[in-house]
Amino acid sequence: MIGSSPLRTYIAHVLLILGVVLVAFPIYYTFVASTQTLQTILRPPLPLVPGDRFFANYYEAIFGGVGRIGGVGVGTLLFNSTVMALGIAVGKIVISILSAYAIVFFRFPLRMTFFWLIFITLMLPVEVRILPTYKVMVDFGLIDTYAGLIVPLIASATATLLFRQFFLTIPGELVEAARVDGAGPWKFFKDILLPLSRTNIAALFVILFIYGWTQYLWPLLVTNRNDMNTIVIGLRKMVSFADADTEWHLVMVTAVLAILPPILVVVLMQRWFVRGLIETEK
Amino acid sequence: MATVDLKDVRKTYFGNVEAVKGVSIAIPDKALCVLVGPSGCGKSTLLRMIAGLEAITSGTVSIGEKVVNAVGPAERDIAMVFQNYALYPHMNVYDNMAYGLRNRGTPKEEIDARVRATAKTLELAHLLERRPRELSGGQRQRVAMGRAIVRYPKVFLFDEPLSNLDAKLRGQMRVEIKSLQRALGVTSVYVTHDQLEAMTLADILVVMNAGEVEQIGAPLDVYEKPASTFVAAFIGAPPMNLLPVAALSAGRTALAAPADAATLGFRPEDATLNPRGGAASGNGAAGLSLDMAVEGVEPVGAESFIYCRMAGERLVLRAAGRTATQTGDGLSAMVETAKLHWFDVAGKRL
Repeated sequence: MIGSSPLRTYIAHVLLILGVVLVAFPIYYTFVASTQTLQTILRPPLPLVPGDRFFANYYEAIFGGVGRIGGVGVGTLLFNSTVMALGIAVGKIVISILSAYAIVFFRFPLRMTFFWLIFITLMLPVEVRILPTYKVMVDFGLIDTYAGLIVPLIASATATLLFRQFFLTIPGELVEAARVDGAGPWKFFKDILLPLSRTNIAALFVILFIYGWTQYLWPLLVTNRNDMNTIVIGLRKMVSFADADTEWHLVMVTAVLAILPPILVVVLMQRWFVRGLIETEK
Repeated sequence: MATVDLKDVRKTYFGNVEAVKGVSIAIPDKALCVLVGPSGCGKSTLLRMIAGLEAITSGTVSIGEKVVNAVGPAERDIAMVFQNYALYPHMNVYDNMAYGLRNRGTPKEEIDARVRATAKTLELAHLLERRPRELSGGQRQRVAMGRAIVRYPKVFLFDEPLSNLDAKLRGQMRVEIKSLQRALGVTSVYVTHDQLEAMTLADILVVMNAGEVEQIGAPLDVYEKPASTFVAAFIGAPPMNLLPVAALSAGRTALAAPADAATLGFRPEDATLNPRGGAASGNGAAGLSLDMAVEGVEPVGAESFIYCRMAGERLVLRAAGRTATQTGDGLSAMVETAKLHWFDVAGKRL
């Protein structure tokens, strides 16, 4: 195998470390900048070690409010983003697992038609249908609401397809055994299907949470009030084209805070995530 | 506990494909009925119709003298053992067995008592906390049985339950299933394509072919008096020798064939062997004498199978113990009249 000789191990490690440094350095630099005063940032070169403004900057950003986005604190932005990302992730999973359940385990008229309808929506991302969707949201009065942020992004053909493929691998005998055991459709779903889908759900949750967290175009359109912005939009609005107007130290704080939740989700659910992607236990 | 009665049961798929073409079987209480036949003969479909997993196109299925055509599988009071066991992979052995009882609202203490008692009978008591994937094939099989037994159902349904086990374990489980079924006294329907399993397990043997019942009877009756060439060839290993009457040279056939006979059959073990040129033919009891060439010999130990050819037809003979016969030898076989089976053009017994 590779890495049997010490030299090879050495080279492999050097390469890996270089890669890590390459990826991690900008993030580290962002963190360093977030602990300096605005003046230090504006007067290059930027130091390579964190400054003494850690608590002051973070406190100001989270609780004080940032001038360029109407004095809203980053805490509010974080909360908005969390609600949106969770709403999208949970909503997508609930809807897609139920539709996949219907398509795979029930025989109803036009079953395949519905399946293809769902499948076709794969080809219609938000960007393509953004104008009509926006109009619908305006008519419903959902601008500047969490529902407006979440609902248009909640249906997922990809997740439905994923669950469908997984459900198709469940042996027919298992379904029949459950029927003989007196499990109705709901019981079967709750007692057999959900526990078997656990790892798939976890993997999807991670992917969809990050998908929701990084949404840009839709939140930009559907939120006008500063206190309804997501952190990604807030971050964008904080940056002005004139350097002097931008509170760079707070921008850096916001950037660090924007990265943290997705990292947290990945780290906490990593075990489940990996299992969900590789496991074929039956 | 319960009889199972099938009356002219039919199953048609897509409006024109007939999987089961009018089957009537009456299974008395406590009997073990084995449905046997080649794959695609409709035996599994029939079992699934008894279970309620498959809709019945026409005819009636009754369990305990009550027609259950419109009753769901859970309410038929049946328990089924599946070919691939169909254990719930995320539940341990205990929960696998308890699940059906819980769904029926059985009190907790009773579930516990029943599961533990059943586990003890099946020697699963030490495995109750294990997940199915941590069990061997034989243990999974037992859990699948346990899940059926624990329900105390009116009828057991077995869908080729032993086909995933190795030969040794299969033999062992076969004996166990039989004694368990006797001890519990539960009417059972057992589907298999293995004629040995069918012969050894059955109280009532039902041989099926192409969606129809070829013969119903006690296993040895079926063996000794096959109703058709299909049954004759299916039951018994090696199968019965079947020869077209036309292939028998008139001179050697010292006995009169029945008028409409088209096929003659005899079991491999019913032939008395003599080396060619021996004083065999016409000697002793009246019978049929055949001369043939030996094409191969299979000594199995307790017996030897001799593969021969006569007038272009392949035959198998059985000799007890070792045989001196070798490939290329000539052989004369003698079959008593009483051991001959005659079939007409349609393959029906005469």
